[in-house]
Amino acid sequence: MASIRLAGVSKVYPDRTAAVSELALDITEGEFLVLVGPSGCGKTTALRMIAGLEEISSGTLTIGDRVVNRVPARDRDVAMVFQSYALYPHLTVRDNIAFGLQLRKMPKAEIAKRVEQAAETLGLTEHLDRRPRNLSGGQRQRVAMGRAIVRKPHAFLMDEPLSNLDAKLRVQMRAEISRIQRDLGVTTVYVTHDQVEAMTLGDRVAVLKKGVLQQVAPPQELYDRPTNIFVAGFIGSPSMNLLQARLEADTGTTGARLRLGEQTLAVPAALLAERPRLRDYIGHDVAVGIRPEDMEDAELVDTPDDSALTSTTDLVEALGSEILLHFQLDAPPVVTEDTKELARDVGADHLDAASRKSDIIARCSPRSRTKSGDPLRVRVDTTRLYFFDPETGAGIWGDPSSAYQHKEESHA
Amino acid sequence: MGFDIQAELPKLLWLGIGVAAFLAVIGLLLVIVDRGPRCRRDWWQAACFLTPAGVLLVVGLLYPVVRTTVLSVRDRGGTAWVGLDNYAWMLTQPEILLVLRNTLLWVLFAPLLATAIGLAYAVLVDRSRYEAVAKSMLFMPMAISFVGASIIWKFVYTYRPAGTDQIGLLNQVVVWLGGEPRQWLLDQPLNTLLLIVVLIWIQAGFAMVVQSAAIKAVPDDIIEAARIDGVNAWQQFWRVTLPMIWPTVAVVLITISVQTLKVFDIVRTMTGGQFHTSVIANEMYNQAFRYGELGRGSALAVVLFVLVIPLVLVQIANTRRTREAR
Repeated sequence: MASIRLAGVSKVYPDRTAAVSELALDITEGEFLVLVGPSGCGKTTALRMIAGLEEISSGTLTIGDRVVNRVPARDRDVAMVFQSYALYPHLTVRDNIAFGLQLRKMPKAEIAKRVEQAAETLGLTEHLDRRPRNLSGGQRQRVAMGRAIVRKPHAFLMDEPLSNLDAKLRVQMRAEISRIQRDLGVTTVYVTHDQVEAMTLGDRVAVLKKGVLQQVAPPQELYDRPTNIFVAGFIGSPSMNLLQARLEADTGTTGARLRLGEQTLAVPAALLAERPRLRDYIGHDVAVGIRPEDMEDAELVDTPDDSALTSTTDLVEALGSEILLHFQLDAPPVVTEDTKELARDVGADHLDAASRKSDIIARCSPRSRTKSGDPLRVRVDTTRLYFFDPETGAGIWGDPSSAYQHKEESHA
Repeated sequence: MGFDIQAELPKLLWLGIGVAAFLAVIGLLLVIVDRGPRCRRDWWQAACFLTPAGVLLVVGLLYPVVRTTVLSVRDRGGTAWVGLDNYAWMLTQPEILLVLRNTLLWVLFAPLLATAIGLAYAVLVDRSRYEAVAKSMLFMPMAISFVGASIIWKFVYTYRPAGTDQIGLLNQVVVWLGGEPRQWLLDQPLNTLLLIVVLIWIQAGFAMVVQSAAIKAVPDDIIEAARIDGVNAWQQFWRVTLPMIWPTVAVVLITISVQTLKVFDIVRTMTGGQFHTSVIANEMYNQAFRYGELGRGSALAVVLFVLVIPLVLVQIANTRRTREAR
């Protein structure tokens, strides 16, 4: 067990493309840190640099209290779980798990004991004498885990370990990884594309975009106070609705009004008090974020006029426990470099800066009776609106001394 | 020595006729396959395509094997039954025992060394900067015929009396190092080993190319997993790479072993089997076609054939196992 510290770690390839730029992370002993981001964001490269599989171009990497920039992978005492599991096909499960210990010339009795123990933990005892090719995907995954845990390493490094499993098994293994990590208390760095994994597993989650760290924070904070549009759009599913709006002074109250095309929403005075910097944007454009789960069919809840939006239902997706309502609003979508990157990640290229309309998704109670084509009135929880600077994409929150503000947010 | 296009024309004509005939046969075959009965079409197709190959196999392989086996129990003219006399002769005659010993030397050294050298080379140049150049250098001898290679190496081993200019590379090196030039191909068993070098020179390239491909097929993830598990370069090779490419190494070993058992051209070209360097294939040729001992020659051929069979069987089993593993 050890802490891992990355100080200004960069990876620049010979063709001068930068995979990771100035990455700074402090991973404390026993912490479970998740690196998340769209494909090509440098998360795997960062992990491989920690593992020693990729050379560090600049910066300092410290594991425990040893700078390991120049230490080969085999001497870093870290264990890695690969996406492909990377089991040795010519060895039995037992030898696969024991391989690292045998290389370290550990006494045979001790190896046997540790392997039995690991097999016990992972439910592999009856498979110890089989070869990897005769195992199912889930079992191979467990063997890969077993190979990591017997070593009792300083740190576990996991590169999308669950992405080759089917959905059900993935949920099960996710819980298992979480349990094992907590039982052993080993510092873990976990790379994933899947934000559900990121949110459920991580003590803290680091969001990367194009090799640059955007925010590192506990999952709930990442969700509640994203540091910029990119993090806001990446975390949450379905993702946050992002619209161009205008903040106007409300002469009647101490609050403000948010103009979305022809419609307006009241911005409560309490919200303005909590985020005083918002006052600077009164009379200006802002990017506003509304989470799908912060909306509800107005038929089902008491809805004051100044927190309702009207439109026409385009599509109803019933998921049993909830329904997703698709509709359009007369407000242009936010088109910044961040939202383009997000659109690219989900494979959508229809982000159109000239459009006057935005597609909105609301996550409502299944008791809603609306059908596609019906007029729709949606209640918006205006206390939970997200605001971003339309130019920089930075989140507009309270002043930096606010108790909730995490120190890493200063990266924005 | 001029090239007279007029004089060559008939040959070109024959070549044209040959190609046309070939195409005609293939075309006919396809037509027959197409016109076949509607029911049991798979059998019809199999029969159509397998028959020509089967006929060629019977005529070119099966019949000669049977005929040779029959001849091996007959006398020198191939007329009178002599039982196992020819085989008894083989195992009692000192010269022939020497031939068998030489063949054993060949089979022991050539496949093992060629495979090992090819493998070592493949590992060393893998992912180096000049890999392509380095590999083609080793592979080049593959393009030369055994006879051509033998002539080259005969020059390498050539002897000129001490004091005169050496034209053989090996002797020149010996002279440079302050030694006396010698007749390399006269003393046994050194001469057989020097002939084996020629085969290794030719086959190492083949071994290298095939094994290099296998090394490249080992997934990067597994190599990286091994590095993190703590292997050094040496352990990496012996405990990860070699076990993973073992099926390929076995194929290479066996292929070269079969080649080695059948070796004839090198011995024939370089020593003609003199100075105790003869091997089974060369002796078979001598007995059957030079001394007119049809029975003895056939017996030697049968022995050669029998020696190759187990290797082929291992090869087939190996292929089947690899296929199942996938």
